[in-house]
Amino acid sequence: MSTDLDSLYQEIILDHYKNPHHKGLRDPFESEVHHVNPTCGDEVTLRVHLADGPDGSVVGDVSYDAVGCSISQASASVLTDLVIGKPVDEAMSIHATFLELMQGKGQVEPDEDVLEDGIAFAGVAKFPARVKCALLSWMAWKDATTQAQTEGETR
Amino acid sequence: MDGLLPDLDVIRKDFPILERTLAGGVPLVYLDSANTSQKPQVVIDTMVDHLERHNANIARAMHQLGAESTEAYESARDKVASFLNAPSRNEVVFTKNATEALNLLARTIELGPGDNVVITEMEHHSNIVSWQLACERSGAELRWFGLTDDGRLDLTEADRLVDENTKVVAFTWVSNMLGTINPVEDLVARARAVGAYSVIDASQAAPQLPVDVQAVGCDFLVFTGHKVCGPTGIGVLWGRQELLDELPPFHGGGEMIETVTMARSTYARAPHRFEAGTPPIVEAVGLGAAVDYLSHIGLEAIHRHEQAITAYALEGLQSVPGLTVLGPLDATQRGGAVSFELDGVHPHDIAQVLDSRGVAVRAGHHCAKPAHARFGVQSSTRMSSYLYTTPAEVDALVEALHHTRSYFKVA
Repeated sequence: MSTDLDSLYQEIILDHYKNPHHKGLRDPFESEVHHVNPTCGDEVTLRVHLADGPDGSVVGDVSYDAVGCSISQASASVLTDLVIGKPVDEAMSIHATFLELMQGKGQVEPDEDVLEDGIAFAGVAKFPARVKCALLSWMAWKDATTQAQTEGETR
Repeated sequence: MDGLLPDLDVIRKDFPILERTLAGGVPLVYLDSANTSQKPQVVIDTMVDHLERHNANIARAMHQLGAESTEAYESARDKVASFLNAPSRNEVVFTKNATEALNLLARTIELGPGDNVVITEMEHHSNIVSWQLACERSGAELRWFGLTDDGRLDLTEADRLVDENTKVVAFTWVSNMLGTINPVEDLVARARAVGAYSVIDASQAAPQLPVDVQAVGCDFLVFTGHKVCGPTGIGVLWGRQELLDELPPFHGGGEMIETVTMARSTYARAPHRFEAGTPPIVEAVGLGAAVDYLSHIGLEAIHRHEQAITAYALEGLQSVPGLTVLGPLDATQRGGAVSFELDGVHPHDIAQVLDSRGVAVRAGHHCAKPAHARFGVQSSTRMSSYLYTTPAEVDALVEALHHTRSYFKVA
């Protein structure tokens, strides 16, 4: 059982939990969302800033304030590492890859080239009750990014 | 240890699930009984026997099985009436759970603008949201008792909160999060003094305290079956006969009527008025067996056992560095649910590590978000004992918490 527990709580996850990257709410931003996990009460407030890149929108910044378990906190930290600075299309594709990993019931082999530290969450997929912890900030980011894009179009 | 049930080994053998092991071969240490209790063999057997030998719909089947099933269902009502020391069996209404019983009251008690309903900050969401909805519908005002820093009801504002416009005072007997045992007689007296209905949520009290509705003097009391060693899907609303007969129906349907024409219907008296449709028959039968089982052991003895285990748990938990217990620290003032925080480790992560060692607890807001907010915490970890809990299981919890601290390197 401790092997399973260690596969859930990889060192990478515990490191991100203790020293989260890009944490805190920052300006500028085009959209801000607040997502909660109603069963456990975990919460995240997340802002997205989109910048103009040579080939369309780029994720300029993702900032957040969150309360929750180690999985949800580490997941937010890894998310920001992966998407900040990337073209929005590529970031959305990373999102889809992470979602596939988390919904794969532990059967999906993670791609380290795409997910980097995110591969540490492969073990979480084997704990159905914790999948939504890992996805909280990712869902918030997608929501905020979609809103920021809509905002950009209507301006 | 003083106060433990004398035949604890024998009692544990009544609960087959306590024998099982979990992944990795570790034995189960079940400390989540405030969430749901485990079921003794007699409850399981009674339900299986009913399904195997006596299954039929009740009160409408004109055959021998129908008579047997009706007899079993109605005799469960007698057992619950006796469990509560109710003056009449007709005062016992079977519902789906305590939540449905509270919603029944919040839906049928007439409220209007200018009226108010008084609840408390330590309620389970079921005793908050149902009254919020009732007040939104009717224009009545929702008020609540706050909490003191040590997790008790703050009664200093009681005379201002409960006034001549109060129609309902609804409160929990034992908090599911803080464990606090509330002064129910005092609250009932305050409601009575202004002519308001008193509504007691006994979901956490019925499993572990003698509940005597005549001694308490309340108007309504609810509890749920699955926390008193019975099955899920069955709860109880007890109410004074004259009050139940005054309330309008909740659900319309079969078995709650006197007569029906296409233009209008007249309604049966309580309890059938509130039991529309085919009820959870085998669940009621199982609940009857469960309350008989508890009464046979004795609620006074169960209460002493819970207090002894809770005192031992409070002592053990406070030996864990960085651990803070929420709620009263005096075991005689509280029930057998102890919520706590551990510095540096989130409740979900605590529960996950404990689970890997077979220790089952609850983590989260325990459907009491306002009570958590009052103490400035988002969520907590809760251990809850019952009549089958041993001191050795508390030791296993405490040991696992020490392990949790070292696992997350906060030690």
